[in-house]
Amino acid sequence: MRVIARRIGFYILTAIAAVTVDFFIPRVMPGDPVNAVLAKMQGVPVTKATRQALELQFGGTGTPAGLWGQYTHFWWTVLHGNLGISTSNGEQPVTTVIRGALPWTLGLVGTATVLSFALGTLLGVLIAWRRGTWLDSLLPATTFFQAAPYFFLAFLAIDLFATKLGWFPSSRAYGQLDFPGFNWPYISDVLDHAVLPALTIVVASAAGWIVGMRNVMITTMDEDYVLIAQAKGLAKRRVVWYAARNAILPSVSSFSLAIGFIVSGALLTEFVFSYPGLGFLMLTAVQESDFQLLQGIFLIITLAVLAANLAADFVYVFLDPRVRQEA
Amino acid sequence: MAVGLTEELGGAPIPGPVVTTSVPRRGRRVQLPRSPKILAGLGMMVFFLFIAVLGPTLAPQNPSASASTTGSLPLPPSAAHWLGTTQQQQDVFSQLLTGGRSTVLVAFVAGLLATALSVLIGVTAGFAAGRTDDLLSMLANFFLVMPALPLLIVIFGFLPSSGGSDDALIGAIIAITGWAWGARVLRAQTLSLRNRDYVESARLIGERGWRIISFEIMPNLIPIIASSFLFTVLYGVGTYTALAFLGLVNPNHWSWGAMFFFAQVSNAELSGYWWWYIPPGLAVALLGTSLALLNFGIDEFINPRLRVAGLSRRQAKRERTLAPPRRFVLGLTPVIRPPGAANGRAGTAGQPPGEAARTGTVPAGRHWGIRGRGRR
Repeated sequence: MRVIARRIGFYILTAIAAVTVDFFIPRVMPGDPVNAVLAKMQGVPVTKATRQALELQFGGTGTPAGLWGQYTHFWWTVLHGNLGISTSNGEQPVTTVIRGALPWTLGLVGTATVLSFALGTLLGVLIAWRRGTWLDSLLPATTFFQAAPYFFLAFLAIDLFATKLGWFPSSRAYGQLDFPGFNWPYISDVLDHAVLPALTIVVASAAGWIVGMRNVMITTMDEDYVLIAQAKGLAKRRVVWYAARNAILPSVSSFSLAIGFIVSGALLTEFVFSYPGLGFLMLTAVQESDFQLLQGIFLIITLAVLAANLAADFVYVFLDPRVRQEA
Repeated sequence: MAVGLTEELGGAPIPGPVVTTSVPRRGRRVQLPRSPKILAGLGMMVFFLFIAVLGPTLAPQNPSASASTTGSLPLPPSAAHWLGTTQQQQDVFSQLLTGGRSTVLVAFVAGLLATALSVLIGVTAGFAAGRTDDLLSMLANFFLVMPALPLLIVIFGFLPSSGGSDDALIGAIIAITGWAWGARVLRAQTLSLRNRDYVESARLIGERGWRIISFEIMPNLIPIIASSFLFTVLYGVGTYTALAFLGLVNPNHWSWGAMFFFAQVSNAELSGYWWWYIPPGLAVALLGTSLALLNFGIDEFINPRLRVAGLSRRQAKRERTLAPPRRFVLGLTPVIRPPGAANGRAGTAGQPPGEAARTGTVPAGRHWGIRGRGRR
């Protein structure tokens, strides 16, 4: 299993690099986060200790610790699960704020990604199989949906299905203000609120899987083994199944590229729908100059994307015996 | 591989369904398929470039000026305002024409810089191999798995609140997050080219590294470079629009994303002010579509099988009167050659495509991990 060990090694290195990037961004950007945060804390007496703590976090000359000292301190806090204080959420710890938002994003983006992958792959196979028929005319449409910004589709979805038709709510993740417990009214309410954001993400991201799968499928269907399967008189369905099983590999291996795009798009979608996930939280953090929260969310999103990539790699190694042999 | 196909066929153009009369040039004839996709893509691209250059001058009104101070509701399209007005009674049509320049400019700056970076890093990695390759591949992989928009949000979040309104700077920042995919594809292709016989012979003759790269390898990378350029421009359009939509760059610097920003602030989607957000949305989507169509064209140029599959029904019907009927059978792709264009070597002789360039897919078995060498 050397392949897997190497991939894990790569993701660990990448995670280290992500933390480092997170550390350096406030230090190399031209703004002055320390004073921006202090300006936010009006009314609270600013002690020397507060200022020092902030400079330790964002960089500055006022702390006794040098750059290396600040860097090791940053690692120390991150490894202890301490991502700082969120100034825009009543001085709560950043981890608490993120913990409240994370399930919404995981639920929405996770479901939508799986749906769009399954749907897009199936459609791609179908279009490649039935090429030369009317299904080919779907391709220009997928191109359009792929190029349209997520938030444009979200606007259209809200205008059409929420405002004009009134079928689904246009914002937030649930109707009630307090949490009534996991009963059916609550769950159906949550599902009702998730339909439009999920639809937006699925429609926008399925196009990529469709085109990718179709292109590979067309090449695969010319392989000799497909011709032989066809010549043996196997059922068409069966032959396509054999071809599709092989054609799906590039889709799985290009997952790392796609997941970044989907997560980025999902952040925008959450923003439009005021969906209380990480994307919405991240943008309020920008607007409120809540820098520690911003850094914390970036770190969590990056780690989540790395985990998704690792999962895709596991699946790939499981699906393709050649990769296993290579090691 | 796929790009070397023209080479392997002895310089003959790949016979495709759409063959125009080719003008013989010295040695090799390069022929771009004139499919409807490419023509549509080119036409739209010319249109958008025209808007980018002349749009601000053509705009009938100042995009930031309020037409009246009395109204507080956006007006639907009328003779005075072709695309209606915003909440501030600004002319949407003028904003659309003005915003094109910044959008296209940022996207092209990002595309150019990112492509330059990806050629530099990708070709170097593929050609140098060894430790250099491992390091550069690592770097590219790192940028590839890093979610780009969150990174950009953090970067722009730490910029002073006035944000950037410098198109070149924004383009450059976007380019940093957009070069990795191109580098990855270029590296894979360089790797497969560097062990070809003709490169080997150039090396034996004693040609220097830079000469081999620029005269033996680069010409065969051009379709991939072009495709990766279009891809990053597409990425630049989307990313810049998203950043402007979020208000992370100065929204008073007109762009299509900035129009969305103001539409979102005034809840245009909840109040049904469709004339406010549909024009910039369509503009971005169509600009992206034109780039994608051009990219499809390059794909079909690289991989003849996709070209056959892209045959339009009308054309097939027209040709059916000339030739016996063809059907797409599983396992066999019929190759359509117009009479006279055939010279015996059919398109199906092609190897599987190197990279299905547009979709960023990597063929199975050439999965490019940190183990560095992609060769098997």
